[in-house]
Formats: sequence, C-alpha cells, structure tokens
Amino acid sequence: MLRARVTLRGSLLSLAALAVVAGAVWLASPAHAGAAGADAQAAPATGPAPAVLRWGGDPEGGAPYVEADPDHPSVMRGFDVEVAAAIAAGLGRTPQFIPCEWDSIDQSVRRGDFDIGMSGVEDTPARRARMLETVPYYEFTEVLTVRAADRDRFRTLADLRGRRVGTLGATMAYAMLMRQAPIDGITPVSYDDDVHPYQDLQSGRLDGVVLDNIIAARSMRQVSGLYTQPQPLEVGHYVGVLAPGHEALRDRIDRVLLARMKDGTLERIFRKWDVWNDRQAAFEARLVRERASAAVPQRPAGAAQPGLLASLRVFVPALFQAAGVTIVISCGSMALAVLVGMLIAAGRIYGGRVVRAVLLGYVELMRGTPVLLQLFVIYYGFASFVRLPAFWASLIGLGLNYAAYESEIYRGALEAVPKGQLEAARTLGLSEVQVLRLVRGPQAFRLALPPMTNDFVALLKDSSLVSVLTVVELTKQAQIFAANSGSWLLPGLLCGAFYLVLSLPLAHLARRLELRWKAPTA
Amino acid sequence: MEGPDRMNAPVLDIRGLHLAFGAREVVRGVDIRLARGECVALMGLSGVGKTSVLRATMALEPFTRGSIALGEVMLRPGPVPPESRLRALRRQVGMVFQRHHLFEHLTALDNVTLAMVHALGVPRAEAGQRAMALLETLAVAPRARALPRELSGGEAQRVAIARALALDPPLLLLDEPTASLDPARRKELGASLTALGRTGRTLFISTHDVEFARQHAQRVIVMAEGQIVEEGSPAEVLEHPQHPASRRLLDASNP
Repeated sequence: MLRARVTLRGSLLSLAALAVVAGAVWLASPAHAGAAGADAQAAPATGPAPAVLRWGGDPEGGAPYVEADPDHPSVMRGFDVEVAAAIAAGLGRTPQFIPCEWDSIDQSVRRGDFDIGMSGVEDTPARRARMLETVPYYEFTEVLTVRAADRDRFRTLADLRGRRVGTLGATMAYAMLMRQAPIDGITPVSYDDDVHPYQDLQSGRLDGVVLDNIIAARSMRQVSGLYTQPQPLEVGHYVGVLAPGHEALRDRIDRVLLARMKDGTLERIFRKWDVWNDRQAAFEARLVRERASAAVPQRPAGAAQPGLLASLRVFVPALFQAAGVTIVISCGSMALAVLVGMLIAAGRIYGGRVVRAVLLGYVELMRGTPVLLQLFVIYYGFASFVRLPAFWASLIGLGLNYAAYESEIYRGALEAVPKGQLEAARTLGLSEVQVLRLVRGPQAFRLALPPMTNDFVALLKDSSLVSVLTVVELTKQAQIFAANSGSWLLPGLLCGAFYLVLSLPLAHLARRLELRWKAPTA
Repeated sequence: MEGPDRMNAPVLDIRGLHLAFGAREVVRGVDIRLARGECVALMGLSGVGKTSVLRATMALEPFTRGSIALGEVMLRPGPVPPESRLRALRRQVGMVFQRHHLFEHLTALDNVTLAMVHALGVPRAEAGQRAMALLETLAVAPRARALPRELSGGEAQRVAIARALALDPPLLLLDEPTASLDPARRKELGASLTALGRTGRTLFISTHDVEFARQHAQRVIVMAEGQIVEEGSPAEVLEHPQHPASRRLLDASNP
C-alpha cells in the first residue's frame, strides 16, 4: 500500500483522468515514452518469452514494501522487491522495476506499462472482477490504532461512535470503514497517504486509525504515544496484479509463488523485513496444502463485483454531496479571497512603505509557492499552534492563496480608474476613504469582474487539491468511485460533467453582469 | 452674519503664484482677485497655464511660490494638503472639468446627489429633490436617469455643472466649458451661467473662446507664457488688444 510521502500526483492524477475522457491521456502520460519502447519488447501473450519481467510498484510506499535504497536511490529494496525478484528468477527472467503511483497500478498494468504490479496490492472483489490476480503471497490484518491513553477506552470501532477514524483512501480499510460507518456511527476520514493519519491521531484530529498491521507497526515506530489494538478487524491479502488476457503468465507466476512458499524463500524474505509471523506461517501452509492438488489454482468467481447500476446508485448521490462540498469550499474561499484581496490591494496603493513592502512580500510568497504546499503548512505545519479542522484549513488555505491573485487584479483595476474621476470626487469634498468606497472601488470592480470570474472558475477546479487534507470533494469522490469500479471512464465523465455544470452558469452570470453594467439601464 | 467688509472681501485672492512641473515653470507670478458675483474669463492659447491656475486653486496641483486665499482658507506652497484638511476649501469652490469627469458608474442624478449625501450628510430623499431642482435649472432633468456615456457633450457639461453646484460653493471654476459644444449648446451654456451669476455666485472661466468671453464675462484676464499680459473689460481687451498675445488670441478665433 501506500505512499509514505504525499505528492502532487494524487490530484494531478484526477485531472489526468479527465484527460482520458478527452482521449489525451496517452500523449500526456509520463510513462508514455517508456511504455512505447517496452511494448515492442514485451508483448507477453505472443512471440518468444521476453528476458525481463517488468514489475510496477510505488517507491513512495516505503519500507518494508518498496523504497529507494538511501545509499543508492536508483536501487529499490523491500519485501515486494525481493518477492518480485524471486518470481522473475522462477520465470527465468530479469526483474525490471517500473515506478508507479500506488492507486493507479491497475490502470498502468492494464495499459501495458508493466507485466505485474505488486506493492502491497490488496485482493478485493473489485480487483478480482476486472484484473488477474496471482495467489496471495502475504496475509495481513486491518488493525485499529488509538492514542495510548485511550487504549482501554477505544478497543473496537463500536467504541469510537461519533468519532473520526482515519485511513488511506481507496483501500480495503477505507471500504470497511465506510461499511461500518452507519453501523458503528463512526466518521471515516480518507487520507492520501498513510503517515498523516497517525500524526493526526497523535494530535487529536482523529481518535482512531485503521490500516494494515504492517503500516501500523511502522507508524508506531515513527509516531510516539500510540497503541495498536491486538485483535484484527479484518483479514486481507497482498497479491500481484496482471492485465486480463495474461492468464498463462499469471499461472506460471502462481506456480513460482507456491514453490517459493514451499521452499521457504518467502519466509526468508519476510523474516528479513520483520513481517513474518505465525499468521503468515499458517496462511502459507494452508495455501500450499489447498493448491497442492490443483494444477491450475482455483479462482473465486468475479460475479461478486457489484454491477455498474448498483455502484452508480451508490456513487451518484455521493457525487452530489461531494459537489456540495466543492461549491461550499469554492464560494467560501472566493469570498475570503475577495475580501483579503481588496484589503491587500488598498494597502498596496494607499499604505506606507512598510505596509506596501509587507503586502508585496505576501503576494509574491503566495504566488510563488505551490498552493498544495500552503495547504499542507496550514493544516499540518501549523497544527502545533492551531488545529484547524480540514474544512476550515482548506477554505482558509485556498482563500489566502487566491487573495494574492485577486489583490493583483484589484490593484490593476484600481490603478486603471482614470485620475480625472478621482480628482472630480475629491473636489466634491469626499474623503479619501469615500473616494475609494464610492467612486474608485465600484469602477475598479467593474474592470476586475472578468478576470475575477476566470479566477473563480479556476478556484472551483483547484478546490480538488483540498482532498489531500482529507476533505472528500468532487474529484476525490470520483477517485474513490474509480478505485472501486476499477475504471476512470465513467467517474471521470461524471465528475467532469459536474464541474462543467458548476462553472458554465458562473461564466454566464459574469457575462450578464458585465453587460448590465455596460449597457444603459433602460 | 457677514458685515460689509466681508461682502467686499475677494472671493478668490491669488498672489504671486508660481507653479512648476519639474524644471518647467508653467505659471510665473500670477495675481488674480475675484469679487463676489463677478464672472471672469481667464483667456489665452492652449498651454499658457490657465488650467494650472484653476487646478492650483482647487488644491489639485501643488505650487512653488505665492499664495491662494479662498475666503477663510489659505493655500500655501508645498505639497497638496490631505483631503481631510481641505473640507472648508471644498465648500468654497466647485469645479467643472473640461472633460466633465462625470462618475461613469452613476446616473446623472446620482452624480449630483453623491456629494450631498456623503460629504454633507443630506438625507437621500432630500438630496434627490435638490439634485432634480438643479438639473431642472440647467434643463437636463429629463436625463436624470441616464448614465454619463449616454449623455451628449452639452448634457454632460450641464450635469457636471449641477454636480459642482451640489455643495453650493460661492465660487465656481469652469475649465474650457465651450470646448466640446456646438454654437447652439454654447448659447444654452451661456444662458445657464448668466442665471448662475444672478444668484450672486462668482464664476471663473478658463477659455480661449473669444466670442463666449465677449458675451458672458464682465472681466477678461489674458495669460501668455505663465504670466498675465492684459486685463480689463471684454470691450477694452477684446476690441482693442494691447499685447501681442491678445492679438494672437483674437486672430486664432477669427481666422
């Protein structure tokens, strides 16, 4: 699983998904160049067997799954790396690592970027239905981690009624929390990475985190004051994932995996990475026993996957709700941006030297650094002084960022108001403040309106960035939808349609206002 | 109330005015005194410093030497004082700009009421009535709801006059009021100004329109190269100009 560090890519991915809809993703894909070359080389279903096994994983998953060796950043290490190497060896091939975002492994393998994805990839009904899975090679448990002080109070999810429980989005753990939410009365909070949930647990933003035991154990080492309840909430398995149509390769990999279980290779690997336990021993023994007789391992049928209509019935209302979040955050942060932007613009025009310098510094800082970074700093960085709820951190973060852009628009517009208008106002005995409020401001506002509308439409879409602060807005919801259905096509189309429906009336409204101010009042 | 001395005190008293833009001195020692109820034309070709004298009087332009007294208010050389210290001056003098500078986002009526409501604190309804009365006096009441860009040059001119009169200043400055008017409109403007003069208001009009000055001014001051070169009744100055600059002015208007 898992991305130990957070990147821009989660959000960019969503946008890229919309590009799929436009049919542009192939060109836009960063893997495009590599994939084109690799296709010619690999073509696994036909022709002579290639000499390499291209396997995809997420280096941001970190130890013990896949991580870059700190001494040799181009070399990967972790138990997934070694299992992949063992599989390649069993196939008589050389392993070749292809880095890939964890939650797009399925799409990448389907597209042919690599032959097999394995990076703590979970066995789920959805994946089983759409992809080819190898036999499971590791059995993990979903475990509940709480603050050490609460270890006797919060033993199960039911103990956390009315409280926030975090996890990594688009995972088995998240699906379980969503399932349990109405039963246990908990509020699931989805994160884009698996480090921040534990930090937020420590700081009190969450009261529990549910994730794989391997991640929980790792986080317990990194974040102090936490306690993981021993009893598992659910059992899951890591599998390798292949694109449909590659059954022959999959079956060969299965045989290799079972053989490596039997000869103790996997045990050695897992022991080396300190993830071997009694459960794993029992699991491997059971699996080897069950599969010993069958030449081809048995597969559970894919019929368990809910139909498209059923998943639409769940996700369309969720999209509506997420669109509401997008609207509220966009409007709220725009209002803040307009207010703060006006103050900055006024300060930069009327203020003294110091005020002007400070405001210029603010504008350059906000425009010159990524808004995503600013959101992180406001939400996580300031957490030691003010613990803003994710919603407010999002609204304030976006608002303050856009205020810098708005202020430049207003400053330009204020300066574009003809000097004669201001002089005329002064000769009428209006104070400077009145001149600004009654003449300069209103005239500047009319000039500023078209660029403001542009910014609002941009903000509407940038609001998708706040999903990194655990806010489930439109794009995030589509991402969840996509992860569950295994395809970006429908979620991407629906999500794109929502954004269009939101932004087109805005543009229309702005045009009408512009016309009304330009045209005579009949 | 005002005693006889106050009645005779000049409404505007400019002494030794020097005004420079950087190194270029555009007004070089100008003295002007306007008595109550006078209508005076400040004449000269473009660029002789007429507008600068008006702008200095309105405290829109700083000057380097001399003084400007408007009733109780005295302007001195140096930077223009902040607006908060010009309240009394603003009540003394109004200005009609050459290009009107009507507030583009407000209707003609709102242009006139703006200062009444916000500078004088007159209730909105009363300000509306007073503004309508002013617009009626100037024969633009039917255009009260129009925006400036929908007004003709002459209408805009008269709305601008109404706006400048909103604070009821004893002195009204007009910068090249006839510049954008055809002869018929010029005549209407003259009639309006004559009516204003009858109410005891002092009018100070910068113009190079000889015909207009001849018909409406009681006194003519001719400027050339930043200085006053000739001064007197329209009959004296415009019929028998003494200074070459005055003659050039007359030649220019009668090609």
